Amino acid sequence: MDKLSKESKEYLIKREINEYEVVIGLEVHAQVLSESKLFSSSPTKFGSEPNTQVSLVDAAFPGMLPVINEFCIKQAIKTGIGLKAKINKKSVFDRKNYFYADLPQGYQISQYKNPIVGEGSVILDMPTGEKKVNIERLHLEQDAGKSIHDIDPQSTLVDLNRSGVALMEIVSRPDLRSLDEVNFYIKKLRSIMRYLGTCDGNMQEGSLRADVNVSVRKKGTKELGTRCEIKNVNSIKFMQMAIDYEANRQVDIIEKGGVIDQETRLFDTKKNETRSMRTKEDAHDYRYFPDPDLLPLELNDVFINDIKKTIPELPDEKKKRFIEKFKLSSYEANILVSDIETSKYFEEVSKNSDVKLATNWITGELFALLNEKNLEIIDSPISSNNLAKLISLIKNGTISGKLAKSIFEMMADGDKDPNKIVEEKGLKQQSDPKELEKIIDKVILENPQNVKSYKSGKDKLFGFFVGQVMKRSGGKANPQLVNEILKKKLN
Amino acid sequence: MSNITDLKLFDLVEKIKKKDLSSKEVTEAFIQRSQKSKKLNTYITENFEDALKNAKKFDDKPDFNKKLPGIPLAVKDLFCTNNIRTTAGSKILENFIPTYESTVTQNILNEGGIIIGKLNCDEFAMGSSNETSYFGNVQNPISENLVPGGSSGGSSSSLAAKLTPATIGTDTGGSIRQPASFTGTVGLKPTYGSCSRYGIVAFASSLDQAGPMTQDVKDCALLFQVMSSYDNKDSTSVEFNRGNYLKDLNDNIKGKKIGIPKQYRVDGMPKEIDELWDKGIKIIESNGGEIVEISLPNTNYALPAYYIVAPAEASSNLARYDGVKYGFRSKGINLIDMYEKTRSEGFGDEVKRRIMIGTYVLSSGYYDAYYLKAQKVRRLIKNDFDEAYKKVDAILTPSTPSSAFKIGEKTNDPVSMYLNDIFTVPINLAGLPAISIPAGHDNKGYPLGLQIIGKAFNEQNILNIAYSIEKNINFKNNINDWWIN
Amino acid sequence: MTIDLKTVKHISKLSRISIDDNKAKKLSDDLNSIFKFIEKLNELDTKEIEPLTSIAETNLKLRKDEIKSKNIREDILKNSPEDNKDFFVVPKVVE
Repeated sequence: MDKLSKESKEYLIKREINEYEVVIGLEVHAQVLSESKLFSSSPTKFGSEPNTQVSLVDAAFPGMLPVINEFCIKQAIKTGIGLKAKINKKSVFDRKNYFYADLPQGYQISQYKNPIVGEGSVILDMPTGEKKVNIERLHLEQDAGKSIHDIDPQSTLVDLNRSGVALMEIVSRPDLRSLDEVNFYIKKLRSIMRYLGTCDGNMQEGSLRADVNVSVRKKGTKELGTRCEIKNVNSIKFMQMAIDYEANRQVDIIEKGGVIDQETRLFDTKKNETRSMRTKEDAHDYRYFPDPDLLPLELNDVFINDIKKTIPELPDEKKKRFIEKFKLSSYEANILVSDIETSKYFEEVSKNSDVKLATNWITGELFALLNEKNLEIIDSPISSNNLAKLISLIKNGTISGKLAKSIFEMMADGDKDPNKIVEEKGLKQQSDPKELEKIIDKVILENPQNVKSYKSGKDKLFGFFVGQVMKRSGGKANPQLVNEILKKKLN
Repeated sequence: MSNITDLKLFDLVEKIKKKDLSSKEVTEAFIQRSQKSKKLNTYITENFEDALKNAKKFDDKPDFNKKLPGIPLAVKDLFCTNNIRTTAGSKILENFIPTYESTVTQNILNEGGIIIGKLNCDEFAMGSSNETSYFGNVQNPISENLVPGGSSGGSSSSLAAKLTPATIGTDTGGSIRQPASFTGTVGLKPTYGSCSRYGIVAFASSLDQAGPMTQDVKDCALLFQVMSSYDNKDSTSVEFNRGNYLKDLNDNIKGKKIGIPKQYRVDGMPKEIDELWDKGIKIIESNGGEIVEISLPNTNYALPAYYIVAPAEASSNLARYDGVKYGFRSKGINLIDMYEKTRSEGFGDEVKRRIMIGTYVLSSGYYDAYYLKAQKVRRLIKNDFDEAYKKVDAILTPSTPSSAFKIGEKTNDPVSMYLNDIFTVPINLAGLPAISIPAGHDNKGYPLGLQIIGKAFNEQNILNIAYSIEKNINFKNNINDWWIN
Repeated sequence: MTIDLKTVKHISKLSRISIDDNKAKKLSDDLNSIFKFIEKLNELDTKEIEPLTSIAETNLKLRKDEIKSKNIREDILKNSPEDNKDFFVVPKVVE
């Protein structure tokens, strides 16, 4: 199997005779951005001391009852609108029954038959063109706590801080066909939710995880193969590694004449392999039924329309606008809209300077700087305001592009105002034609031999004159003007 | 002192308000009688010392505007009580001490009530005779070796034996009304959503309701007034104008239409029950009410539907008792082994039986045939009542198909035990209010009750009808204190 | 419909209650008599009937997104079977 094929449009696994297509569907678990939990009023903050954000409800004490958080409902609806999905006016909370150490109720409150959000779709901007991924549903559910196996050699320790935090489970159709598409899909979902402010998308903190459904089928067949579900994978890289391993495992089985068992598997990141989760297998009958502690959630049009009014411009619309209004290329627009903070930064810079220059400077110098310092754009050492000033200086000819690069570097140290740098260091570009003429005249006068050679056809010497002028001006001469004047004088 | 414990709740409140009695005197009297009544085995946990302290506290700084000024009450051990052990009659919660208070008991405390102890009940309220309690059988004060009914058996027995002036129970399929009927006392199951379920150990969430158990209807109105409240900690609590049940209590039922459902005349019912029912009908008529024959055609399906719905919910509600966070834990070689041993040793047979039924009816392949079917039947039963209430204001039936039975008589036959609740279960399925009042005796001298079923949130109406019947029926409990030592 | 020993074992596994073989037989008998009684429901045609899942005559009430509970770790862990001031403790889970 060559590397290229799995990253191209279709991930194909080639064996001696057969070629297999890999079919992928994702169940993304996105933590809802909210102050308090889905059914209790304890905080959702990440990284607190164990069991300090646990209420009697979260720990399932006898007689404790769930009361739903209105904001979490609104967040789910918002996300549904962002996924161009149908909002269900009636949805039901069900209990999913199973025993586990970090599941204090012995059931998870989730939505089974009647989710809050129905079918929708997401558009991926693949290098090969647009790809539509269909969303089957989005539902609200509680997160479980955390089992910690590596502190105590004899026991498993349980921290319930996360128990009861609201999650949105976003289920895609098995529409993904390559590792690249998985990457683009997750990033697009993340982007939409960050635009909406419904999930911070922080994969390190577990705010975004996915169960990955993988199956394979002989190329050209229509029927889906038996799928395996790889549980709880928490980075795009691991998702790709897990799919890669799992797809090949399945192909190996089929090639040997075996059949795939539909099962839940676990991805071992250390060994880079998936394996069957037998502990959960024998209790796989979840016995869903409507939670009798809650009533069906019924929404009216006013409630939904009020939420619609709060929906900001989303990446797809923003991209369209950037292309139409700013004449950006599709590629440039994609880069600038993929992250809400980048798009905000871009709009702030371009509003007060120049669209083209803003695009180039952000995608070029700024991204390089952020990359080098390992920073998010929101923590950029150069504010959008100051970058706009720098671009204005270039645009009005105060400084040259070359000079701007060194000023940019100086700005990064404490978000300095480029105007001040220019002033303090006397870096203002020499754009006065009279002053430049004086310098040019001097250069011509001092190099009669070269002038002669140039005039006799040695065009290449033009660069020599420009260099001399720049040198004499201490690099401050406006190169465009220098060119113009030089040409006039020498011809 | 014995005359204090003979007083009814309402009279005790009056006497304390008039300073004829102090809270300490009243509390001491009930505690002393309770201490002499261990043979009944009604208490799981006594809170006597604390109660006396609280009584003294009340007397030092009395507030006579409260509805239960310094009144001692023992409550069913299904209500979580802050700092007082709460077991639900189960080994699995044998040592559980809540750090919180149920809304209903909090309402009682807020109105000046004092909790003197936690009363025995069937394990997780699953039973009709109090014989499934981990803490042993409860004796009915009516006669030795007679069950007090269940699941609120400790409550009914304590009340009838006058160990507490009134008490509270919970009713999932008849657990207040049937024990009230078996002990010659009054028990009200309010409309679903009237009393908060917050802090009550859950059995079947869509059926459970807390309610008062008292000596007479007036006490019932008084205690219900205190218990019922809208609670934003319970999503199924209903916000409505709760009125003043005690102030508005009256025996005028002129023009009220009372339905008599023919389906409640079941085979093998003792003739005393039939006679009693007729007696109730006559009293209503002579008090100016109108009797209307009605039909509740799906009544016979209520019990089977109940034995799907209640165990299904219970199987899930009881999953939290897994030995991890609180309660009993058995050692296991791994997590699953620990779960299986803990739950096997921590739950009694009836609870296990119901968890199994519930697990089965929800399991894949059976959900539609059992659980969904039962939910549909539940709809039919509710429709029956809706139809009936187009014609009548309330419905009169017997409370139970028989009087109290002997301890051990039905323990080996779950189905015959379940049949005890045949008249009470449909009301829980429909979420309606119903009151059981003592109305007479069978040939053995055991009490029998009549049940008045009302429209949703119209407790006042059934309290008034019950009050009117009570005034004319002249019931007296024959209790001779045989257990006192 | 009969509930045989195998089924009893299966639901005992699902409900995490171990049942020894002696008790399983008795339980299977009990369950069979209860289910025989429950089967009465099959007399009813309920094809067109909407199931009743909630009896409370009210809408689902919604809570404001506010943090109200404090850190009550001590209370939460107070009743736990194994002493540990930070965590709940269970037998080692191997995945």
